[in-house]
Amino acid sequence: MKRYSAFAIAREGLRQHTGWERAWASPEPKSSYDVIIVGAGGHGLATAYYLGKNFGITNVAILEKGWLGGGNTGRNTTIIRSNYLQDSSAAIYEKARSLYETMSQDLNYNVMFSPRGVMMLAQTQHEIRGYQRTAHANALQGVSTEFIGPEQVKKLVPIINIDGPRYPVLGALWQPRGGTARHDAVAWGYARACSDMGMHVIQKCEVTGIRREGDKVVGVDTNRGAIDCNKLGVVVAGHSGQLADMAGFRLPLESVALQALVSEPIKPCMDVVVMANTVHGYMSQSDKGEMVIGGGTDSFNNFTQRGSFHHIEETVRALVETFPMISRLKMLRQWGGIVDVTGDRSPILSKTPVDGMFVNCGWGTGGFKAIPGSGWGFAELIAKGDSPLCDEFSMFRFREGKFIDESVAAGVAH
Amino acid sequence: MLILHCPYCGVDADETELHAGGEAHVKRYGPGSSDAEFESYLFVRENPKGVHFERWRHANGCGKWFHAARCTSTLEVFGTYSAQTTEPPQEIKDKISAKRPGWSWREFA
Repeated sequence: MKRYSAFAIAREGLRQHTGWERAWASPEPKSSYDVIIVGAGGHGLATAYYLGKNFGITNVAILEKGWLGGGNTGRNTTIIRSNYLQDSSAAIYEKARSLYETMSQDLNYNVMFSPRGVMMLAQTQHEIRGYQRTAHANALQGVSTEFIGPEQVKKLVPIINIDGPRYPVLGALWQPRGGTARHDAVAWGYARACSDMGMHVIQKCEVTGIRREGDKVVGVDTNRGAIDCNKLGVVVAGHSGQLADMAGFRLPLESVALQALVSEPIKPCMDVVVMANTVHGYMSQSDKGEMVIGGGTDSFNNFTQRGSFHHIEETVRALVETFPMISRLKMLRQWGGIVDVTGDRSPILSKTPVDGMFVNCGWGTGGFKAIPGSGWGFAELIAKGDSPLCDEFSMFRFREGKFIDESVAAGVAH
Repeated sequence: MLILHCPYCGVDADETELHAGGEAHVKRYGPGSSDAEFESYLFVRENPKGVHFERWRHANGCGKWFHAARCTSTLEVFGTYSAQTTEPPQEIKDKISAKRPGWSWREFA
């Protein structure tokens, strides 16, 4: 793999850009691999990358039904934060956030990580107490956050209206080292690094069945033929239930549509991410100038990758009250993704009843921020059979009552 | 926008008037049941891509709970029926069979 660098740009600039090579290969599937990962989104590709980097396992195929990063990896609002309450959540999300800091150098691919700061507004007395508690918990967990007052909120976000009639801004939980990254670049960067290690990233390859011998997984059937494997990692978000069904077990998940939208591009006006959970809306400004707005989930099971319009109305109504200057903006695009939600709103990174088969799912409405940490832990789980980052996130915790009771979602009160 | 017909008051209500209540026909377990049974009752759900049966409440209307048969991959509604039953009525099952031959959902088909 040729490295990307300022020198490479200069070199290619002098020869009509004829020397760039494809970022990743598109090989035909082999008949057998040590590990097959189903799903070439951020979490699947990160898992494969750390299998190779941390454990030297490179005889790996990553199978993708559609195109690389075309699911929720390309549909989220790119927010990265780790200000969670429970220790097990803080550990995996903070691992992820810290890996994002060095990801561009690590992958030699610019993922445009922008640690611009994430602010979660407190707009009720209850929220003030909740966020102060989180800030204290974060201090003990080694996650840098603080509770700030309304004056400081106004100073960081001049366009905000802190004296709203219904929900005045009373303070905020502030994580200065959170931020955003370019979501597609995360998938592309991992895919390029995996391909460079000799792994096979195979797109348009849909898994149609999971083959077992007794209790052990031995391979998958796909629309491009049967492929054998020793271990199987399923990282398919909204369709996890379908894959579990093929293997003969059920998961404590339901799939719903979550939507987001962007405005027309405007000049830079807000250089932090703001989440307003009481009124339910969150917003940041992309490098292109669009205001990126996250909406709510539908309340019913849905696989259509589009959400109900009234959620947009509710979200925008709340944000217009908090940011009066956006009231005249036009909406440019709106889209939905299918997110898999668990009973306690925390993810599942787990062994399964099928020997050699592992699942990484249940990230619900907040998976993008966790991609590198999730891949790091899940690779360890696949390679070694257990992982300190994943142990608490077992799919069997629901039977045992060991919930990780976290409003993971979009930080939205449940 | 999902529009469901309330079988009690007869109104065609859109989803802002309704409250989704999750999977229908869930078997409830009580004292003396195993951990696995409680898990299946409380947390494990069908989550099909296709035919699904759900509970809905006409929250901003007559207030009654009812059941709906719906396709989660197209949002097509096959019909709604009374909540005072343990399985979908034959008429709705026939309607689904006409549109989705070979469908099955838990023990129903």
